[in-house]
Formats: sequence, C-alpha cells, structure tokens
Amino acid sequence: MSFMTWIDERFPATKVWNEHLAQYYAPKNFNFWYFFGSLAMLVLVNQIVTGIWLAMAYKPDATLAFASVEYIMRDVEWGWLIRYLHSTGASAFFVVVYLHMFRGLMYGSYRKPRELLWIIGMIIYVAMMATAFMGYLLPWGQMSYWGAQVIINLFQAIPVIGDDLSVWIRGDFVISDATLNRFFALHFLLPFILAALVFVHIVALHKVGSNNPDGIEIKKGPKGNRWSDTAPADGIPFHPYYSVKDIAGVIGFLIIFLAIVFFAPEFGGYFLEAPNFEPANPLKTPEHIAPVWYFTPFYAILRAVPSFAGTQVWGVIAMFASIIVLFFLPWLDKSPVKSIRYKGPIFKAMIAMFVLVFIVLGYLGMMPPSPVATLVAQICTILYFVFFLAMPIYSKMDTTKPVPERVTK
Amino acid sequence: MKKLIAILSLALLPLTGFSSGGGGVHLESADIDLTDEAALQRGAKYFVNYCQGCHSMKYFRYENMQDFGLTKGQIEQNLIFGDHKVGELMTTGMSALDAEAWFATAVPDLTLTARLKHGGADWIYTYLKSFYVDESRPFGVNNVVFPNVGMPHVLMELQGVQEATIETDEHGNNHVTGLKLVKPGRMSAEEYDGVARDLATFMAHVAEPMKLERQRLGIWVMLFLLVFFVVSILLKKEFWKDVH
Repeated sequence: MSFMTWIDERFPATKVWNEHLAQYYAPKNFNFWYFFGSLAMLVLVNQIVTGIWLAMAYKPDATLAFASVEYIMRDVEWGWLIRYLHSTGASAFFVVVYLHMFRGLMYGSYRKPRELLWIIGMIIYVAMMATAFMGYLLPWGQMSYWGAQVIINLFQAIPVIGDDLSVWIRGDFVISDATLNRFFALHFLLPFILAALVFVHIVALHKVGSNNPDGIEIKKGPKGNRWSDTAPADGIPFHPYYSVKDIAGVIGFLIIFLAIVFFAPEFGGYFLEAPNFEPANPLKTPEHIAPVWYFTPFYAILRAVPSFAGTQVWGVIAMFASIIVLFFLPWLDKSPVKSIRYKGPIFKAMIAMFVLVFIVLGYLGMMPPSPVATLVAQICTILYFVFFLAMPIYSKMDTTKPVPERVTK
Repeated sequence: MKKLIAILSLALLPLTGFSSGGGGVHLESADIDLTDEAALQRGAKYFVNYCQGCHSMKYFRYENMQDFGLTKGQIEQNLIFGDHKVGELMTTGMSALDAEAWFATAVPDLTLTARLKHGGADWIYTYLKSFYVDESRPFGVNNVVFPNVGMPHVLMELQGVQEATIETDEHGNNHVTGLKLVKPGRMSAEEYDGVARDLATFMAHVAEPMKLERQRLGIWVMLFLLVFFVVSILLKKEFWKDVH
C-alpha cells in the first residue's frame, strides 16, 4: 500500500488535488486580465506574513507606536524590507483587486450562475477596506490619525445613534490609545477572516466554473478533451497549464512590485504619505487631509454631496451606496450576453465612462476642495450611479453581436 | 481595447493641470550625494554643534554614524557632548518643559524631516539659507520657506545677516522677492552653502539610513527576477505547446 493510499483512506488529499487543480477544467482562453485573482491571493499572503513579522516588534500604544515603526525601520534586522513589503503590499492589494473586479465587469463574470461568487468577492472587498483602514492608523502618524478621525466622524452624521456609534467605534471621545489598541486587534484578526472568505470564494468558483473573455459557459458546450471524455471540450486542467502560466504572471507582477519596494517605496507620496512621517498630534490638524489613494473615489463622492435638511448624512449615504450598489450588479445587467466582446456600443461607452469617472473621482478625492473640483465631483458622482442604476435599461436596449458556440482565441 | 485606452487617456489629460497653483516657494536644489562620506561627517558635526542643543534625532543612534566611515571611538570623542553612550539614540538635552517655556511650542524632532517636508533635502537646504531680519518676530528673524518659524537663526554667525525685499500685492499680502546679505558672517556665501548642503545630506541620510542599501539590493533582485521571468515564460510556452 502506497503512502498516498494510506493518506487518501483517511483524508481526501488526492481527491481535493484533482477536483481543484489537476482535474479542474478552466476555459483555455484566459487572457491577461485573468492573472489578478491569483495575484490578489499572493498579495494577501504577503500581507499576512509580513504583518505577523511586523507585529513582533510593533507596539500598539499611542506613546510608543510611532517610535516602534522607526525601530522596525532601523534596528530590526531586515525590518525596513518587511515594512516596505507591507506598506507597498497594501496599495498593490487594491491595484490587483480593482483590476480583478474590472475583469469581472468587462466579461460579465457576475452574471448567472456566478451571482454568489460576485457577492462573496464584494464581501472580501469590503473586509479588505476595513482591514486597510484600521491598518493605516497603526503607524500613528499625522495622516493616520486625522484620516481615521475624518472617517470615524462620518458615523456621527447618522441621525439619533450617530454620536454614540462613533464613540463606540473609537472606544473614546476622540481617536486615542483605546482606538489604536482595538484597531490593532482587528487589523490582526481580519486578514484571517479574509483568507477564509477567499477559500469560500474559490469553493463557489469551482462549483460554477470559471467564466472567460467570451462569456461562454464551457460546461454547456461539447464534451470531451484530451484528458477526459466528460470534461468540457474548451477546458484545460488548471494544473499544470494555469499554474505554470500564473508563475509567469507572478514574476511579472513581482518585477513591478519589488521595483517600487526597492526604488520608490513612498511612490511619490501615494503609498506612504509625507505627513505620516510626523507623529500623530491631536492638537494640530493638517491643512489638507486626504485618505490613501484607494479610498479617494468614495471620499470624493462623500464630499460631493451637499448637506441639506440640516444634516450631512446624505454624503455618507451616497458614499456607502456607491459601494453597496456593486453588490446588486448581477441583477442590474439585463444584457442577453455576458462579455463586452459581444455587447453593443452603449455598454462599451458606459463602461469607458465609468472607468473615467472612477479615476477622476479618485483624483479629486486627493485634492483639496474647490468650487470647480466640487462641481466636477458632483457630475462624476451622478454618472457613477447612472452607470449602475440605468444599467437595467441600457443593457437591454443595447445591440449585441452573436455569441459563438465555442471559445475564441 | 487599444482605442478605448487611447480615448480614456486623452479624456484624463485636463486633470494634469488641476493641481497647479499653491505649493509655496521655489526651492533651491541641494544637489546632495548620499555616498559622500565627508559631507555626511561634516553634516553630523554641524548638527551636533548647532542643532542638537534643541532638536533631537530620537530615532537615530550615534553608532549608526559608522555607516559613513566613522569609528565608534571617533563618534564618542567628537560627536557626543553629554553623557550619552555611543549605542544610544540622539536625544536632546533640552527638556520638553523648557522648550514649551522658551519657544511656546514643542521643538520638532528632526530624524524624519527630510521625508516629511515636501522637497526633502532641497527644502532643508533652502530653509537654512532663507532666514531674514524681521523685528516683528520674537527672535528677530523670519524664514521665506517656513513663514513665522519659531526658532532663531542659529547659523547666523556663519552666514551673516540677510534682509528681505518685500513687495505687497494687490490683495495686501506681503511676498519676499529677494534676500540680500547686509552683514557678512564668518563664512563666505559659498562656504555657507556648503554647510547647508552638508546638513541637508546628513539629515537625508538619517531620515532613511538604508536607502543606498535598498537600492543596491534592488538591482540584484531585479536582475534575478528578469532571468526568472524569461525562464517562467519559456516554461509556460513549453507546457502550452499542445493547447489549441
């Protein structure tokens, strides 16, 4: 009896390997956009590993936190590299996840039967934002402090419970040691929840099978390929084909990622903001507070909505709505086809507009407000919601091209 | 797809003009060289003599000056004035309470100034050269780069006294349009520029002491990855030969 037989009688090792890798048939026409799922997992692992090592020297204490980060940078062996991998990794995580989500948007990967897959992905995205937000407080720099202050104050705008809620989140009347301590605890916990959610995301993916740039269900197509008579004809085993391809993707990603880590870790002030090289000072408000780049599109939406009826809650509602609306995407798209390849000019124009609006909002969210900027942000906010809320109409009236039977190159 | 990207990038062009305006004064280029050990050593000397009386560098250890060619003995004998040990952090002798009493504000730590200030070493260099006489200020001087700065011009004995040409614009705001040396100090203008440059170099080093090391390592990491990238692509091509 071989070793693997002994194992397999007690734990389904070979079965799991086959079902999820060696005999998991993925469409053979994945393109460049399909690298970002595996890259997101890579970055998550990077964040967890570097994060655990940072936690070994970091002090979650308002009087010690800032100095402990500099201690890591200077006195801990390779501490600077671990920290830069972590700080650059945070931004890289959002880059790859935004591209991963955009891939889904282009090829209709959220459409039936992948609605749950998309929703689990959205939960991952929200958990990721919470993790990043809490992690950003930990260096206890000026921007850490005031950025958190601004975001937590948002909850104050909620009628009736707002004040109590924000105190409950902070554990104090202002951002303080209590806030730092709990943010550290949650920042340590959430990545493991993220990892569990990623597992669920992959379980859901392997149940329904991967979509592809043509938006064709390969499981509904003809059967039989070189490896199996019952597998989809357009499928190839994930391992070794995509495992080998993803290795090339990983190296390509690492070239860019590590070039930033080694040659431009601040990335022009976008990944490490200059004001954060000064310790948090609750008595000195910086002249300009801006969240890190990956939150700025939503921050711009928040600022674009004027307060009326005596409350600022509308901006907060708009900001949260701009994220929540993404959850409903599977039911907003009424097009008879999935992929942008077979959709008509209206959808293409709308998605181009959406990308533009998202980038412009991201840019405006970093800038200090001005009358012109606010007006542009208001227009962009409207267009952002138009893209989603008008989708049931324009996706239905748009012309489509015939979808081929089999996947194309 | 390519057309789409082209249209998108054109549409984004107007954004580039958005951020101009503001930002303040023009900074002179300090043209620092982090590999210049002599400049770093001189910068350290000026710092402990002129700055450390009030300003700490509390995240930097004296012994790390070994990075630019000094021995522990040299550091102990020439650069430590108090009862500090060579392995200790470069704190200042002035207490926070005294600082509050004398300057009405906390005196900032200078370890990370080169990373905090927009312009980095250039900011420090220009700042050190931009003090001018202003009798309305508590210490009799003001600074072009850091208006209403709360400290005296400590290097005045070296640089001398500068006066500013001030113009008032239509909104009634004063702008410094030029600085003129009215009373020379112990150094010539060129020598003083050297002092400012050495201090900027030292402070840039202290702000990120591992900068040269990370760049040196980065080259090897990139070379390794590029080779590995070629191998991984060849591997992929080999495996994918039979996929049609």
